[in-house]
Amino acid sequence: MLPQLSREEILRYSRHLLIPEVGLEGQRKLKNSSALVIGTGGLGSPVSLYLAAAGVGRIGLVDYDTVDSSNLQRQIIHGTSTIGKLKVESAKAKLLDLNPGIQVDVYNEPYTSENAMRIARDYDIILDGTDNFPTRYLTNDVAVFLGKPNVYSSIFRFDGQVSVFYAKEGPCYRCLFPEPPPPGLVPSCAEGGVLGVLPGTIGTLQATEALKVLLGIGEPLIGKLLLYNALDMSFDFVKLKKNPNCRVCGPNADIKELIDYEEFCGVPSHDHEESSGIGAYDITAKELSERVKTNHLKLLDVREPHELEISKLPNAINIPLGQLASRLSELDSAEDMVIFCKSGSRSMRGLELLASAGFKKVKNLKGGINSWAKEVDTNLPIY
Amino acid sequence: MPVLRIPTPLRAYTNGESNVTVNGSNISEALTDLTTQYPALRPHLFNEGGELRAFVNLFVGESNIKDLQGVSTPIRDGDKIMLIPSIAGG
Repeated sequence: MLPQLSREEILRYSRHLLIPEVGLEGQRKLKNSSALVIGTGGLGSPVSLYLAAAGVGRIGLVDYDTVDSSNLQRQIIHGTSTIGKLKVESAKAKLLDLNPGIQVDVYNEPYTSENAMRIARDYDIILDGTDNFPTRYLTNDVAVFLGKPNVYSSIFRFDGQVSVFYAKEGPCYRCLFPEPPPPGLVPSCAEGGVLGVLPGTIGTLQATEALKVLLGIGEPLIGKLLLYNALDMSFDFVKLKKNPNCRVCGPNADIKELIDYEEFCGVPSHDHEESSGIGAYDITAKELSERVKTNHLKLLDVREPHELEISKLPNAINIPLGQLASRLSELDSAEDMVIFCKSGSRSMRGLELLASAGFKKVKNLKGGINSWAKEVDTNLPIY
Repeated sequence: MPVLRIPTPLRAYTNGESNVTVNGSNISEALTDLTTQYPALRPHLFNEGGELRAFVNLFVGESNIKDLQGVSTPIRDGDKIMLIPSIAGG
């Protein structure tokens, strides 16, 4: 039995009730439905706002991060007044302000193989708005194992993708992407940037697909992938088929339970600056500031030229990471060198490349130029 | 001639080009031409054994070449070939 709508709800949702495809029954379906949104960031913002506004009865939010000012260029569910607060709490307050008649359940924890099945089990639909490959594979596998639709979207710079992966009726994420790209090939948004409005466009499409699936109307993007490019303003569609060799939803699937997704992808399941211990090849900003006073050190900046306009270190030479392999002749392997980027991960890949080319005297600036800006030269901006 | 669409993450290796005109009568020849024009792309598309990497998805029109004839899939003038990237941002 679907729940009845109150007098207030009939007024609130009147523009829905006027559409024959939704109507009173559709609105009651939405009130009776539940959606789990993984990630309360760029995509999670419009997704959860529109699902709440539409009257989806129960919304779950999974995130363990706090609001940072660098989020607000795109994560419009948060605000300047909630900087430093838990994202799930910041988002919950906004959603309940928009629609106090819904229930918002928050999970202030990383979405992992240990808790994901428990969290997702009681929802009708899962929306993937995470920012990293391990959690995307996890989200897919959970949806396949629980037999739920996984409304997927992801973004990078000006590009977006949207699909509905629903193994009962079509392909899953792994049918299209059986393996993740090698670590480091695809930069994250923290590294490569993203146009602020892009998650708005893509997340709104993702919310549209979720509402269609919950209402059972229209043609959801099952077996189809939408590819959007903001610069070209192009929308392309391709057909996706179930992969007979899919390891989670194929007839001979060999993955029957959740695995270690960080190991599978070779990267951590977050899109943050690394803050773990000091590795053998690391040098901290403080140490470097001492070393440059006494020793001759070559400073190699592997960021892109446009990033140098934001911040730079004096006397550093710039070779963008993508050009490093072809410009090794400009460097001397006998020289002591410190390699750096924005936050330390691109430079770590640069260091690996140099090490494999015989450079033995290279250190990686831990935390990148941003840590220099935090610990040594506080006049330098952090980005 | 067929046009191959380069996704944003790989444009760093094509001097920023988003659409590259390629020669060839099938996907394999088109990719050979593409990586001759832009050698820095090669390691991102092929493994050490010269095979297309598993995460690389190529579509001719609306269809994945994995559902057609793989790298032997024939292509014609005017075909739009799309390289579909794995992206994970959110």
